[in-house]
Amino acid sequence: MDKFRMIFQFFQSNQESFMNGICGIMALASTQMYSAFDFNCPCLPHYNLAYGLGILLVPPFILFLLGFVLNNNISMLAEEWRRPQGQRGKDPAVLRYMFCSMAQRAMIAPAVWVSVTLLDGKCITCAFCTSVPVESLGNASHPRLSQGEIQRVLAQIPCKEIYNGQQLIANEVAVRYLRCISQALGWSFVLLMTTLAFLVRSLRPCFSQAAFLKSRYWSHYIDIERKLFDETCAEHARSFAKVCIQQFFEGMSTDLVAARCHLPRKGPADAGEAAEKLLGITDQGTMNMALKSWHRCKPPLHLHPPALPTGNGWAGEGQPPTYPSTPRRETAAYYSWV
Amino acid sequence: MDRFRMIFQYFQSNSESVMNGICGLLALASVKMYTSFDFSCPCLPQYNMAYGLGIMFIPPIILFLCGLILNRQSLVMLEEWRRPQGRRKKDLAVIRYMCSSIMQRAMVAPVVWIIVTLLDGKCLICAFSGSVDPEKFVGFANASTVQVQQLLAKVPCKDEELVRNSTSRKAVSRYLRCCSQALGWSILLILIIAVFLARWLRPCFNQATLLQARHWSNYIDMEQKIFEEACCEHSRLFAHKCILHFFESMRQEIKLHSFSLPREGERAEGEEDLRGITDKDQLNKLLKTWYYEKPPLDVNHTHTEKLFNWLLS
Repeated sequence: MDKFRMIFQFFQSNQESFMNGICGIMALASTQMYSAFDFNCPCLPHYNLAYGLGILLVPPFILFLLGFVLNNNISMLAEEWRRPQGQRGKDPAVLRYMFCSMAQRAMIAPAVWVSVTLLDGKCITCAFCTSVPVESLGNASHPRLSQGEIQRVLAQIPCKEIYNGQQLIANEVAVRYLRCISQALGWSFVLLMTTLAFLVRSLRPCFSQAAFLKSRYWSHYIDIERKLFDETCAEHARSFAKVCIQQFFEGMSTDLVAARCHLPRKGPADAGEAAEKLLGITDQGTMNMALKSWHRCKPPLHLHPPALPTGNGWAGEGQPPTYPSTPRRETAAYYSWV
Repeated sequence: MDRFRMIFQYFQSNSESVMNGICGLLALASVKMYTSFDFSCPCLPQYNMAYGLGIMFIPPIILFLCGLILNRQSLVMLEEWRRPQGRRKKDLAVIRYMCSSIMQRAMVAPVVWIIVTLLDGKCLICAFSGSVDPEKFVGFANASTVQVQQLLAKVPCKDEELVRNSTSRKAVSRYLRCCSQALGWSILLILIIAVFLARWLRPCFNQATLLQARHWSNYIDMEQKIFEEACCEHSRLFAHKCILHFFESMRQEIKLHSFSLPREGERAEGEEDLRGITDKDQLNKLLKTWYYEKPPLDVNHTHTEKLFNWLLS
């Protein structure tokens, strides 16, 4: 039990740092994904905007969902949300706390992607190159072109090798302008996110600190209870299997004795312990029979078969359990003052 | 218990060093951010100054806020400041001490960014290239005002056609870089002298108050950590008891309803761990009950009372 206690304490004390670690890894992964991604602006008037904004907004959405998927606590939240009330009331404040903390962690990787994209500048350059103010930035003596022609020429700005509008507006001027706008947007976005995070973190102690402590305690409790229950079931399954198998071998041994009509000879004293462990199976043929029987006819999951038929219906599977007739202590201790 | 003691001693001695470590990491991160950031001056008359000064001042604000967010002690200080008085008086000197130590640590990364920016020079060249006096530079002295502004705005862009091989551009650029680096080194020198004086002269003023404030701020921090640890330990024990009670109540329910009780003497070896659940149907029922009817959070009445009082206080 000490070993389990140590492991659970490790998980509990480090659950937050474990989730923060996953969060940091996803943020790094999103930076890596961006630098490995081969950005290829189509340089066509109507496709640029769709491509640029798509690259800016679709991967963050994917990363956000991935942040939820990788978070183990999502199943815990869903379970707590959907379980029948039973004898334990549900506290919406706890559910809100769990959801908020998961959403905050899942927002980090998308925010990193959007910041890196904006600070790099390629997406905005691609998306908005057709909106460059040609009147103020363009060359004064540019040839008069129709609107469609101008759009087509401007759309080629991100693709330096095919750009042929130097008379209209210099490529470097337009790219610098768009990149400046993009970086300004990027830094503003980062500043906004950081300010929001700071406000959320620092205003919490000023309001509802007691409710926060309660929600945090009970959400940790639900998590620990689930883990302990799984551990207890695993222990139970182990003991169950052990006894089941032991009974199987004993059954085989009894069958063998009955079939051969002789009593097992007791071996010499010093080999007694080893012989006991052999459970009466001492040659290849018998072992093969035992293995075949194990495969063909596994024993029932029932260590003490009923002596009398049970006439009551309580063992029926589809009914919710009824209250037993003995009085129980009916104190519902689950509450919320929020 | 020994293990806890070791961990707590580690936290005690090293909470300052953990915070110093975070501070150092943020400073390194700010240098790394600056070197990986692709500075590209727009080279347009109205935009240069906004861009240059923006790059010089907005990231430091972000780094400062990050320094406050990542520092655990800022939450502790806020909680101590906003808590109701209750039975423990609040000491403003402690709160002031914590606030000043948090601010000092949070200021390191922004200052590093500003100094690196000034020593590098690109920001200042971009921001103030339009503000130099054109009379001082040969190439710009003869042009009209508007043209001069345009040309000066293009000084930060080395590859720009108009000013690519212009010696005046290089002169303006060198001049601005020299000013920027001088400013950077001066700020660094002043800061170092200020920090040196502050550390050296501090023992001359109010040393006793300082020692008290530092002790109690460490105490508040430690108390918070131990409270969280105690809550974790408590919830683990609570869950353990709750589950045992649940298995016990299932066993009793089985005893009530089943005729097929194992007699005490007939129990096989190793069955003590089974807690009375010995067949598939019983186990399925147990699992279903666990889902449909989780047990109440009440392992005994007195425990509930104590829990209530503790949580409400």
